[in-house]
Amino acid sequence: MTTTYAVLSEGLEKRFGEVRALRGLDLAVPQGTVCGILGPNGAGKTTAVRLLTTLLRPDAGSARVAGHDLVREAAAVRRAIGVTGQYASVDGDLTGRQNLRLFGRLHRVRGPAERADDLLARFGLTEAADRPAATYSGGMRRRLDLAASLIRRPDVLFLDEPTTGLDPASRGDIWDAVRELKQDGTTILLTTQYLEEADQLADDIALVDRGRVAHTGSPSQLKALIGTYVEVVVADADVLVQAAGVLDQLTGGEPSFDHARNSVGSVTRDTTLTLPRLVRELDAAGVPLLDASLKPPTLDDVFLRLTAEESTGEEVAA
Amino acid sequence: MSSTLAYDGTAMLGRQLLRVRNNPALAILTQTMPITMLLFFGYVFGSALAMPGAEYRSFLVPGLLVATAANGIMTGMFQAAQDVHRGVTDRLRTMPMSRAAVPLGQAAADLVVTTAGTVPFLLVGLAVGWRVEGSAAAAIAAVGLLLLFRFACTWVGIFLGLLSRSEEAAGQLGSATFMLPLLSNAYIPTDNLPGWLRTVAEWNPISAVTTALRDLFGNAPVPDGAAWPVAHPVAGSLAWCAVLLAVFAPLAVRRYAHGEQ
Repeated sequence: MTTTYAVLSEGLEKRFGEVRALRGLDLAVPQGTVCGILGPNGAGKTTAVRLLTTLLRPDAGSARVAGHDLVREAAAVRRAIGVTGQYASVDGDLTGRQNLRLFGRLHRVRGPAERADDLLARFGLTEAADRPAATYSGGMRRRLDLAASLIRRPDVLFLDEPTTGLDPASRGDIWDAVRELKQDGTTILLTTQYLEEADQLADDIALVDRGRVAHTGSPSQLKALIGTYVEVVVADADVLVQAAGVLDQLTGGEPSFDHARNSVGSVTRDTTLTLPRLVRELDAAGVPLLDASLKPPTLDDVFLRLTAEESTGEEVAA
Repeated sequence: MSSTLAYDGTAMLGRQLLRVRNNPALAILTQTMPITMLLFFGYVFGSALAMPGAEYRSFLVPGLLVATAANGIMTGMFQAAQDVHRGVTDRLRTMPMSRAAVPLGQAAADLVVTTAGTVPFLLVGLAVGWRVEGSAAAAIAAVGLLLLFRFACTWVGIFLGLLSRSEEAAGQLGSATFMLPLLSNAYIPTDNLPGWLRTVAEWNPISAVTTALRDLFGNAPVPDGAAWPVAHPVAGSLAWCAVLLAVFAPLAVRRYAHGEQ
């Protein structure tokens, strides 16, 4: 079975004066999946979304969105996508209802008024429907933005940092909406600063750093790249080296010391290592152990680690 | 293509009019400004000028009409900058709609609002002694010319607004346009200005349009020895509007379509 890609880009490049915002972005998002784009500020996430939504033209490279060439068939791409982002917003001087009706008309939706009412109800905005959008809370505003991108059900939905600055409850609302859309078969490309968000929503993650995709994989694949962090705390600074020796045998990783806490840590990619075995081995070696822990990596660790590797070009202790 | 433009343009016109309806205070404030200026200038400055007050007020009404029309630069710029910096422009640009519809809808809506605002101004003008002293046909032509000039100025403003770095920058540059009528014959006759300054003032498009309105309303004759656009005010005004539209409308549409890419 061949995979159909809703977004497929090859070697996308974009330069702003001297700054090379994108230097060869390759992205492949299978249809019906959620792809999370993660990366530090300035990595090129927003530039990537602006290119893929036809707001910018690439200097080099090519991309197809919903099967249409980004540059030559820009109009067809625009018919197939929905965009919600930091920049693509609704008109604050219009009410929620007026906004949705306007976008419905521009999208040639049949019965824009009914469609607007449906979306207002779906996103819990019926009561606020006749207030200017500028008076909405952050969460309501974001829900209205999202509703506006769904006026004509898009094949590919771009969400650029959809929950930045939202309280946890509002964030949950947006997450629920994304999950529902995915169930309906919409392909979603999501940029976020929140690793938890990518962990919760994304099937695949593309880690973008300095204008290109540094790593791709499912959240668990990316975590496996990092390995588990093993840390032991000992009673006495004198035995720290001894503890490090045991850790070295068990994990094969470079030990890192925290002398202030009398602790030593190391990373293992060995998934069979368990806490009882760790404790037994240390005890057998006569290490007076105060505390020991195995921490599976969070996406934050992945993010920090992999972007640090990229920038220094060498391994960095997790 | 053209039906798309008409349909999307009408939708965008509707959007701008809804904005006015949602926030009428702003529109009313903008539209009453020239009335306030007519009363201030007409009675405060008018009493200090050699020209008799009633005569100055007749002279001033066409001048203020045109100076207000030139504010289309400011309004156009501010609205376009607002849309750009609040993300509305980008959302519209990701939608399958006519590229020219957004600026065209904005300019058309501006024309509707301006036309509505002209009525109370002219009523106050009548109350302070201004009259249509020529034919009705000429007066209608004068209003047509005025609206054409407003339309052209709005396109200049939209283009500048699309270029602006921030809403504040657009606001500041926009406010600076109040100086444009000061360097024209809108508020004062240019006859007594020093030679070079008179030339600059008479090549100001506002002067040509103001002279045309004074001529068509029959409020004041075309001054002798003026530069070409003022000496032939109707032709001069039409030429100015044609030049402004031919340059700035395509620039604005292009800028809108391509953004900063």
